Amino acid sequence: MTTEEPAAAAEEREKTAAEREPAAIAAKQEPGDGDSFLSHFLRNLWSANTVTVTVLSVVIAMVIGAILIVVSDPAVLDTFAYFTARPADALNASWTAVSNAYADLFKGAIVDPAAVTAWADGTGTWQQVLFPISETLTYAAPLVFTGLSVALAFRGGLFNIGGQGQAILGTICAALAGFLLPLPPVIHLIAALLAGVLGGALWGFVPGILKARTGAHEVIVTIMLNYTANLFLSWLILQKGIQQAGRSDAISEPVDSSAQLPAIGGELRVNLGIVLAVLTTAGVAWLLNRSAFGFELRAVGANPAAAKTAGISVARTYTLLMVAAGGLAGLGGATQVLGTAHALTTQVVGNIGFDGLLVALLGRNRPWGTLLAAILFGALRAGGNRMQSFSGISVELVTVLQALIVIFIAAPALVKAIFHLRAARSARLGASMAKGW
Amino acid sequence: MTPVSTATVEDRKQITAPTRFWDRQRRLGAGLVLIGLIATAFFGPLAPSETARFTLSEDAAGAALSINGQLGAILFGLVTVAAGAVLLAGWARRHQTAVLSVGILCFVLSFLCWQVAGDFLPLVDMAGGTLEVAVPLVLGALAGVLGERSGVVNVAIEGQFLMGAFGAALVGTMATSVWLGLFSAAIGGVLIAAILAVLAIRYLVDQVVVGIVLNLLALGITGFLYERLMQTDAQAYNQPPRMPEWRIPGLADIPVVGPVLFDTNLLVWLALILVFAIHFGLTRTRWGLRTRAVGEHPTAADTVGIRVRGLRYVNVLVGGLIAGAGGAYFTLVSTGSFNKNMTAGAGFIALAALIFGRWTPFGALGAALFFGFTQKLATHLSVAGSSVPSQFLNMLPYLATIVAVAGLVGRVRAPAADGQPYIKS
Repeated sequence: MTTEEPAAAAEEREKTAAEREPAAIAAKQEPGDGDSFLSHFLRNLWSANTVTVTVLSVVIAMVIGAILIVVSDPAVLDTFAYFTARPADALNASWTAVSNAYADLFKGAIVDPAAVTAWADGTGTWQQVLFPISETLTYAAPLVFTGLSVALAFRGGLFNIGGQGQAILGTICAALAGFLLPLPPVIHLIAALLAGVLGGALWGFVPGILKARTGAHEVIVTIMLNYTANLFLSWLILQKGIQQAGRSDAISEPVDSSAQLPAIGGELRVNLGIVLAVLTTAGVAWLLNRSAFGFELRAVGANPAAAKTAGISVARTYTLLMVAAGGLAGLGGATQVLGTAHALTTQVVGNIGFDGLLVALLGRNRPWGTLLAAILFGALRAGGNRMQSFSGISVELVTVLQALIVIFIAAPALVKAIFHLRAARSARLGASMAKGW
Repeated sequence: MTPVSTATVEDRKQITAPTRFWDRQRRLGAGLVLIGLIATAFFGPLAPSETARFTLSEDAAGAALSINGQLGAILFGLVTVAAGAVLLAGWARRHQTAVLSVGILCFVLSFLCWQVAGDFLPLVDMAGGTLEVAVPLVLGALAGVLGERSGVVNVAIEGQFLMGAFGAALVGTMATSVWLGLFSAAIGGVLIAAILAVLAIRYLVDQVVVGIVLNLLALGITGFLYERLMQTDAQAYNQPPRMPEWRIPGLADIPVVGPVLFDTNLLVWLALILVFAIHFGLTRTRWGLRTRAVGEHPTAADTVGIRVRGLRYVNVLVGGLIAGAGGAYFTLVSTGSFNKNMTAGAGFIALAALIFGRWTPFGALGAALFFGFTQKLATHLSVAGSSVPSQFLNMLPYLATIVAVAGLVGRVRAPAADGQPYIKS
């Protein structure tokens, strides 16, 4: 393999090779005799593989976020008015605004160096050091469940947009079980979690059975069920016996302490939910890759007609799959209300259903990938809170970043074109599962 | 030479599809009888035996249609049962739609008699409010019609609404011009549409995924800029002028219809004209034929020389213009300022209207009016202190759409290539 050939020619050859069969690419990228490990490593690093595309997607998203920070800051924009006279002013102001914001994002999500030195000096506590991580994991836990819900359905060829509605039903059932059932501590928590699973599963059953029996597209049905669930919640909260006594606003009775997920306590809000999330991830990974049902659902997802020919009941698989997906999302809602919120409000679920969708896409619909993606999103959310209170940058920026990251993840060809990446050897990116209604 | 077949036509059995007893009409009839019985048995006895007044004005004053609430509820319920029975018996097959409409209308009237008994319902106010809710829904659904009839699923209507509403508020305020506001609303809608088009058509990304993510992107960007700019200085960024109402002399004096349709703003007319224009365009013009061909069978369309991707780009972008203008309605007409996530799911109701209206302009208009009516009624009844929770009335659009796609009442069918990227081979 010669390195002297002109870059343009090499690129040209690259392109034509990429358009041929993957086998040709693989053969071409086999390490040559003269290649050292390092050059081989670097070559593959700058190719459109999963890790590189993910990292670069985050980078582009942060750059666009930085532009938004600058253009929405009137003080910084004023310095651009005399940019030609004194460009340094504008650049400095922009750099300060952006770097402060992103520094706060980091400090709020992972670790604040000031807290570490304070702890080392003895003026701070270890809780303050762990606080950012605790927040990150707290925000991540429900997203793991909703993300797994979407990922599982994806693998079976179904697009579960109903995570939001299923999570809402999960919170409703978990909360009702949490303050209506008089049960002893551990059993109460288990009962409330199971109630959440059941609520979500019920809400997942509807699109599943409709898809199986009538062919109604699950995307349409789940979108409609999301809003139905939301309206049902806003009605339920105001009913007698549900609404908190003595309150006129929309908030329910608080969940009994026996049904709450145990937390570390104090400032640290992180609770048993994240442990449950990791266990559930392992469970879903087993279900997908090792169980008979997992095999059936992957077969149906890959090719329903072939699966049917092979004797797999597609209708039964669709129904069970949506029930399982709904149960997962319901569990996510349950951890939200039993772990952090402790009472139903109209906004108790937040946006975990739709965020779960992004998390699943970012995690490439694999269980452990989804877990990592959920932690990244949790970190962004936790850091966003600090950014809002310290730098005065709205936490909505995090929503923008999350959406942008997923847009670039979903369109790896775009990232590849922007950075002139090589074609990857294992190009299993952006599972194109477009099939419409 | 092969021998000529000697089988005669008579040898072949005439195979006809077995006619099922429970065909669509009978199922519809059974459904109507059921809801009619509910109306008669529940709405009637529950209704107080007082007069229900449907006034022909915006308040309690003026001429009114009056009926005893209990009598009305039972009477209209019985008419619904009768309509259902006609369908169930298999009569009037030619006028199936008409009979069905009468049945459903009478069910609604029965419900209204129950709710309004002892009170009044201002019809002009109801009609105006219905249209007010329906106009952005119509515009959003038309954007969906354009995209989906040519094969691009548009779930990002909500995002286009938000960008439109935000653009209208921002530019409208800064330029103190309604028309510049409306223009930039359309541009805002096109921005989202352009990202959708490029990712869906050029980069072949799953269109539903793109749509959902774009909604979140629009929510994030408008929310972020709202908090950074509009909340800090509403005077400078978030006080757009309101869209003027124009009165057409003469026509505006027609009772009920006049004040609603002919004493109103430009967007209402735009929405109604677009419904006719797009219907005409889709069914009668070369562009329409090509759009439908591309949406149903892109390979065939390509074979006869239609530029599939180009047409899809154009349709999605024009759809963005229309949905963006629909977004302007929220800020320039309804509320007069932008607020975070102010569309609150209206884009998804527009999507429901598109599907419920079977991907046609007039269907979308009808569905949007129906959804607008239920929302307006829910607001009116909750203010009047009704026993029916407004949340359940607000669920109707969503539930109706689920019933429609599940084929419980006739199946709705999307364009065949809707959502499938076209890869030229």
